[in-house]
Amino acid sequence: MNALMSHASGQALQILCPMHVHISSGGRILSLGRTLVKVQPLANARGRNFFEYFGVVHPQSCETVADLARNAGRTLKLRASSGATFNAVAAPDEAGGVIVDLSFGIRVVGAVREHGLTGSDFSPTDLTIEMLYLVEAQTAAMSASRGLNVRLHGAVIEAEERAYTDPLTGLQNRRAMDVVLSQMIALKVPFSLLHLDLDYFKQVNDTLGHAAGDHVLQEVARILVQETRDEDTVARIGGDEFVLMFDQLVDRAKLTDIAVRLIAHLERPIAFGGQTCRISGSLGITRSVDYAAPTAERLLSDADQALYASKRAGRNRHSFFDAATSGHCAQPQPEA
Amino acid sequence: MHGLVNCSLQKFMTDTYGRAQWEDVVRAGNCTVTDFESMLQYDSQLTEQILKGAEQVLQKPRAVLLDDMGTYLVSHPNVENLRRLLRFGGSNFLEFLYSLEDLPGRASLAVPDLLLPDMAVEDISPNVFLLHIDVWLNGFAQVITGLLRAIADDYGALVVLEALPKTATCETLQVTLFEADFAQGRQFELGATA
Repeated sequence: MNALMSHASGQALQILCPMHVHISSGGRILSLGRTLVKVQPLANARGRNFFEYFGVVHPQSCETVADLARNAGRTLKLRASSGATFNAVAAPDEAGGVIVDLSFGIRVVGAVREHGLTGSDFSPTDLTIEMLYLVEAQTAAMSASRGLNVRLHGAVIEAEERAYTDPLTGLQNRRAMDVVLSQMIALKVPFSLLHLDLDYFKQVNDTLGHAAGDHVLQEVARILVQETRDEDTVARIGGDEFVLMFDQLVDRAKLTDIAVRLIAHLERPIAFGGQTCRISGSLGITRSVDYAAPTAERLLSDADQALYASKRAGRNRHSFFDAATSGHCAQPQPEA
Repeated sequence: MHGLVNCSLQKFMTDTYGRAQWEDVVRAGNCTVTDFESMLQYDSQLTEQILKGAEQVLQKPRAVLLDDMGTYLVSHPNVENLRRLLRFGGSNFLEFLYSLEDLPGRASLAVPDLLLPDMAVEDISPNVFLLHIDVWLNGFAQVITGLLRAIADDYGALVVLEALPKTATCETLQVTLFEADFAQGRQFELGATA
């Protein structure tokens, strides 16, 4: 064979196929691509038998140079003596040998990382670099998108927290009540605060289920809105706890009327899915005019004390907090 | 304007001048957004407002700010992934310069709605090149100038950049490559990150 021509094609192979193995008709390795040498222990492989270093996994029984030549152009799966696998293709040369060109296949991303390969390890027309670029760019874009999703999700939660409406009943929520209460205190308008805790609501939930419980809460909300004026505030501040604030209304007789009417209304049976739910309510009332300097905390805690006086006295009744005796609640009477 | 552009401006200014200065820039520019999301689109007016605010607060002409930003994009550790993506363009400075012609295509492969201006490289002599950049964001050629200077350092190449008079449709930079291997560049491993 012409030595010059052999040299020329060797150089061409080195440029075009940096992962090739050129094998003589006798199976000796004539040349190895520069990148293949980087990734496999092939330093002393030149002149030795190809099949010492590589076995053909697919197709089966491909064990000689002639077998490789017969499978020219087909996809070959090779396993190197190191255990690494490669996709490959064989092409016969003009002297009875074959040129086998190897590729990492889909594991290229890992292989590039493992062996610290650079752009010059690939032929400029090989799209591996573009693929690696794309993998990295997509990963970066994906992580930016994921970051956006996480932040948007956080913003939704924050918006929900900032909302002033109780989603189940449409009443104002605890946060709204805090705002209104502190406004009324700051404006020094006379008002009364009524704390309502439903009686027997737990039984409804336990025996008839949460759907019935939700229905009852919605009915209660409707009743509370119906029994109060537009300028009053009605808020659901907990599971079955409500706070009502009566703007410019501090007359005990009127408040008593309202309390009695409310409890009577709450005690009307509520129908739900063929069942009847029965509840009532315990009320505690405190008035801003009973304090020299009312604070939100104090009003809420005092209304709560009055409420518990009602509960202790047997439920379904109301009590006023008596600021003068500081904690002694007016003897609650049953409303019915 | 794509959020990546505004986001880059924000990162550049916060990393270089600090968060408080950035907030001043936003205020001075009457900008309605303080924190930009890289994956959203914004009104182009906002980008102008940021740059106006920045000129006022940071007391630097727009050209200098954008040049600094170009350098920042390639050299600051907080935007290392962008430098990496750019370095995929070529294994030496000249290959990189030619790869700028592919930049809009590369960008939209990664982020489909990111539209960058077309760029073309004209060979004048073996070491003198003209980079023509279609008119886009006012001052974009300055960003590219800063970026090219920094990426030349990254490759260890010695280059001189000069802005030529711009036309209505195109800004042109003259790039003179004195030495491709002037200094030891920074490492670039294709598969360095997970």
